[in-house]
Amino acid sequence: MGLYRSHVLVCGGTGCVSSGSQAVLDALKKGLADKGLDKEILVVATGCHGMCEMGPIVVVYPEGTFYCRVTAADVPELVEEHLFKGRIVDRLIYKGEGTVADVPHYTDIPFYKKQHRIALRNCGYINPENIDEYIARDGYVALVKAVTEMTPDDVIETVKESGLRGRGGGGFPTGLKWSFCARSAGDKKYVICNADEGDPGAFMDRSLLEGDPHAIVEGMLLGAYAMGASEGYVYCRAEYPLAIRRLKRTIEQATEYGFLGDNILGTDFSFHLHIKEGAGAFVCGEETALMASIEGQRGMPRPRPPFPANKGLWGKPTNINNVETWANVASIIRNGGAWYAALGTEKSKGTKVFALTGKVNHTGLVEVPMGTTIREIVFEIGGGILNGKKFKAVQIGGPSGGCLTEEHLDIPISYESLSQVGAIMGSGGLVVMDEDNCMVDVAKFFLEFTQAESCGKCPPCREGTKKMLDILGRIVAGKGTPEDLDSLQYLGTMIKETSLCGLGQTAPNPVLTTLRYFRDEYEAHINEKRCPAGACVELARYVIDAKKCIGCTKCAKVCPVGAISGTVKQPHVIDQDKCIKCGACAEACPVKAIDRR
Amino acid sequence: MQGIDLTINGKKVVAEPGMTILQAARKAGIHIPTLCEHPALPVAGACRVCLVEVEKNPKLLTACSSPVAPGMVIHTHSPRVLEARKAVVELILIRHPLDCFSCPSNGKCELQEVAYELGIRDSSFKEEGDTCNSYALEDANPFYVRDMNKCILCGRCIRACDSLARYHAIDFQNRGIKAMVQPPVGRDLEHSDCTFCGQCVQLCPVGALSEKASAGQGRPWELESVKSTCSYCGVGCELNIQVNRKTGRIANVTTDYQSPTGINEGRCCVKGRFAWQYVHSEDRLTRPLIKENGSFREAGWAEALSVIAGRMNAIKEDFGSDAVGFFSSARCTNEENFLLQRLSREVMGTNNVDHCAHL
Repeated sequence: MGLYRSHVLVCGGTGCVSSGSQAVLDALKKGLADKGLDKEILVVATGCHGMCEMGPIVVVYPEGTFYCRVTAADVPELVEEHLFKGRIVDRLIYKGEGTVADVPHYTDIPFYKKQHRIALRNCGYINPENIDEYIARDGYVALVKAVTEMTPDDVIETVKESGLRGRGGGGFPTGLKWSFCARSAGDKKYVICNADEGDPGAFMDRSLLEGDPHAIVEGMLLGAYAMGASEGYVYCRAEYPLAIRRLKRTIEQATEYGFLGDNILGTDFSFHLHIKEGAGAFVCGEETALMASIEGQRGMPRPRPPFPANKGLWGKPTNINNVETWANVASIIRNGGAWYAALGTEKSKGTKVFALTGKVNHTGLVEVPMGTTIREIVFEIGGGILNGKKFKAVQIGGPSGGCLTEEHLDIPISYESLSQVGAIMGSGGLVVMDEDNCMVDVAKFFLEFTQAESCGKCPPCREGTKKMLDILGRIVAGKGTPEDLDSLQYLGTMIKETSLCGLGQTAPNPVLTTLRYFRDEYEAHINEKRCPAGACVELARYVIDAKKCIGCTKCAKVCPVGAISGTVKQPHVIDQDKCIKCGACAEACPVKAIDRR
Repeated sequence: MQGIDLTINGKKVVAEPGMTILQAARKAGIHIPTLCEHPALPVAGACRVCLVEVEKNPKLLTACSSPVAPGMVIHTHSPRVLEARKAVVELILIRHPLDCFSCPSNGKCELQEVAYELGIRDSSFKEEGDTCNSYALEDANPFYVRDMNKCILCGRCIRACDSLARYHAIDFQNRGIKAMVQPPVGRDLEHSDCTFCGQCVQLCPVGALSEKASAGQGRPWELESVKSTCSYCGVGCELNIQVNRKTGRIANVTTDYQSPTGINEGRCCVKGRFAWQYVHSEDRLTRPLIKENGSFREAGWAEALSVIAGRMNAIKEDFGSDAVGFFSSARCTNEENFLLQRLSREVMGTNNVDHCAHL
């Protein structure tokens, strides 16, 4: 790598690419070449910076100036002012929320200030397609340390000491899981990286694979060395083409450098890594279904035991960990178990990446120490609720998780604290909802997802979630009965009790938690035929405010069913029996006299 | 081999290592209802009917898939188990038609038995406007009928096809409530790898698959099972001919997957299972016929055999041994074919002996 006076990092994550970062990258390269600055300043395409909603993101080092929503048209000014003359382009820097003033520097932005990046440490910082940049950030140091100074047992003990737990959602202690597979007798063993990320709104695995793929490979190498595995698979959904492309490149580079293949670093340790593209079935994130899919079978879970550690892929001892789990391993081996265990709570150590989405000012990826509160994530890092609306709930843990309320905002996040209140850590999806979200509708959304993704093998999940969905459909249409709430509660409990795999065992969680914390909303739908949030179309009522109406007749003209009557210059009226709630009248009204209630 | 001590429903039970809870319970004479389980098939753990409570285990376990461990204390009919089991069966019954009256499986339907055992008349979850199945009856082939409205998706047919027939002609398709058992995408059974061996039909616990020729031939309780050997080929598969006691006619042919004597271990082919109607055909020859003056007359075996022996000896005397030839059948056993070539070579003195498989 050459020496440059400045590095310009352009985000090349999927979010920024779709908002146009490739054009920015091209324009920067051209602009610098035209100015003759291309020998002094290096332009780097990096992985995700996390603050996707502000993309495309450009960071200029050594200053650490953070530019957001940069377009190709902004580039000439950026080159001329900042890179040539050294003056920050004020109009492109991050504008603080509320009382926070303009913040030009990366590390001062509240979104990043509170974060503690271990898994994401290289994301947005290095070019993920260049192994040298990973090595420059201490990449593969852990691998060298492990195979030259540590026994496989030492590696497992270090992971145990770190307190790392499965980041895919289950939270099983990683070191313990590894020790099962290490102890299991077998001539051939496998390690698998579960990259079948499928929770609506979750994208931490994708960003890790795209932003720091070598860290995943190094983590898997360390696991393979510790457990005696000689072959590995990354099971990645085919809908992540960029991640797969970068993984392929990563495997090529690591093989070329001697980190993958036979006799790694001149030792007896050999490890071969393959990529298996999944077809996007959510249930393939369940480990037995995932292995069936790799074997070429339909992805359906099977009962355990036998556990994968004893009989896994093709009947051989196998260890499966999630992308984020693997991403933490190299740092743990490099810095020691105690270093990692110093972060977090008593039983949940280290950090966790959350995908912050929904009605929050800054959506994106955030990595925080365990024990951080939901309030800190939503209000400090996320910058609060969009458009100054009122916070209502967070859905934590994806479709298997639960909806938590304002009273849970100050709970320090850990595996235990979340399950106590009926949610789960899950893969770390965090969907923020405001006063406009109907909780019944939210529960229905998640259940629709799990029902559509149920593999169909066991009756509770296949038939039970469908029945719950039917009931929810009735309730949001104003046709529910008070008994429906008992049915939902009973069905939910039974589905959790009797389902075969984690999908079914957790699918009722969104319904059960909203029933627990937002029962009044369900009751309003049933007893008053009213949606308190005004979100359920079938219960909505459009009403003309007679005081505001100027009698322009525009509403009556656009109404497709002739439900509006009235004479010119006189207040109009909507016939509720005819109204189909399309909302065309409210859009057409020039004086905003039509309310949706 | 050291036994494993367990307690099932308060009773001390000794199981063999490697046994599942279900196997241990069966050995001890304790009944646990099942639907997707069949001793001839790999374990699926799909139907959730065999859930049992094991002390110190927070979750209910499927008896069919959980191995026994020393000191396990198992409850197969505790209130918690019964409630869960009932909920599962009622969920299955939401979409299962209750037309048992006309169903070919009435009397041998395992869903019917489990529901009866649990005291379920109808699903309490069923209500108007439910997602009902309305699959068309599939009866294009001459062997069996598929009524997917009755399918409970236990997967026994799939496992039978995969692990017994080894054709893997069918598998689950689609997800969620739309999941169903189908041949490969876009094909019908008749254009799939299905060989119509019918093992899936016999192993179907409900009436989703039924033998076409057996329709109306007798209810399960009217049938008497007669052990026999298939006459179609030399393999000699053991079959159970199901004879209707009232009519004396064959109503069905099944196999026994647990038979200690059957060399086929329950497997058989399309002919053995489905092509038995010839037995009652009016055209079937039941006695030897001798042709005289251009027309046949019925005769006894002794007379017929002596006519054959006489004519063959006459040909040998007039024209020599090689004027006679013997042709045997693949449907005969090896022993029968061996005897025929001895008859040819040693009795008749000719090497003119061949076999239909050469054709």
